[in-house]
Amino acid sequence: MTTTDALSCEALEIWRGERRLCHGLSFRTEAGRALRLHGANGAGKTTLIRVLAGLSEPESGAVRWNDQILVEAGDGYRQSLAYLGHANGLKSNLTPVENLSAYVAMTGRPPAMSIADALARLGVGGVAERPCGSLSMGQQRRVALARLLLSRATLWLLDEPLTSLDAAGNELLVELIQAHVERRGIAIFATHQPLELANGVLHTITLGGAA
Amino acid sequence: MNGALVALIRRDLQLAYRRRGEMVTPLMFFIMVTALFPLGLDPEPMLLRTLAPGVIWVAALLAGLVGLESLFKSDYEDGSLELMVLCPVPLELVGLVRVLTHWLITGLPLVILAPLMGMLLSFPSSAMGTLLIGLLLGTPILSLLGAVGAALTVGLRRSGMLLPLLILPLAVPVLIFGARSAAMAVAGDDVSGPLYLLGAMLALALTLSPFAIAGGLRVSLEN
Repeated sequence: MTTTDALSCEALEIWRGERRLCHGLSFRTEAGRALRLHGANGAGKTTLIRVLAGLSEPESGAVRWNDQILVEAGDGYRQSLAYLGHANGLKSNLTPVENLSAYVAMTGRPPAMSIADALARLGVGGVAERPCGSLSMGQQRRVALARLLLSRATLWLLDEPLTSLDAAGNELLVELIQAHVERRGIAIFATHQPLELANGVLHTITLGGAA
Repeated sequence: MNGALVALIRRDLQLAYRRRGEMVTPLMFFIMVTALFPLGLDPEPMLLRTLAPGVIWVAALLAGLVGLESLFKSDYEDGSLELMVLCPVPLELVGLVRVLTHWLITGLPLVILAPLMGMLLSFPSSAMGTLLIGLLLGTPILSLLGAVGAALTVGLRRSGMLLPLLILPLAVPVLIFGARSAAMAVAGDDVSGPLYLLGAMLALALTLSPFAIAGGLRVSLEN
């Protein structure tokens, strides 16, 4: 990880269908920082995360990764990005190990730790050989979160990462995010639940209101 | 990147193996449709022999539509598609890999079964080679065209009927030259013309459809 990594937005205007979710949204997040997107249901958290990931296009404005707009940053950006959407991206017919090894191979880089270790860290080591479809929603979420530990990405984009997690899972995720930020990573997550990080690294942006 | 592609192929084959029941459906459909013709028509060998090329090709074309809707559907629904878009492998290649594994699992067995169904329709064994080559060239085109439609409609809730309406008109040239080559072989004519044309269409589909598939997937993910 370089020390200068930064994600910034300039005057973002985002629409979903016929509705304007935000306009004139600007912010900058640097290595060693976490950003929490806050807002009611339908405020546009998911859409903003997708725009930041480059999955959707903003109506106007630009997202920049290290001062390059996303289209130009291209593969370099995708290499630096670990994305967790509201869906887990797990194949229900495959086991957690099979799912994660396919993911690791797709990123084309050696994993930051072994798959078994990552699953154990998230407390789902015991179900590593069962089809994902037979796991509970919380367990599936944990398996999906294990991807963050495997990837060497600087930037974590998490859409409602706390969904289906129990209290212990919440704490674990907070620990993971804190550790990632302390390693000079960047974490941006959308959540409507309270989530606090130590050392004042967390900033909050509230979406919605009178849009 | 090669490792990533191999991993994708492996995962697709693994998934197909776990869902082998679904994979057999198009094949069963192909067998059923071809077997229905001798039952519904006058089982006169000369008549069947005349109709056989068209029947086998139409059945292959329709069998290709069975299950096509699900080509990218589960990836779309479980979020894997987003990961595929965000992985460093170009989406065009990801789409092409998916189509090729889909063809290996559904198209190739159909081609292998075709001579059997030909015999059922008293298709002459002398023309069997042409039928096989035609299907080998033609069914991948149908898979590629189908994938374009599947990618475009993956975000729609009820794409079941829309997909055939989109795909079938595009598949007409393949049907014409494919069935024609088999019919010409039965008549003992030179079949190189239609087969070359099928080959050309396959080259065109292989090179252009990945871009259309990737475009369709991106559009579907926009919302």
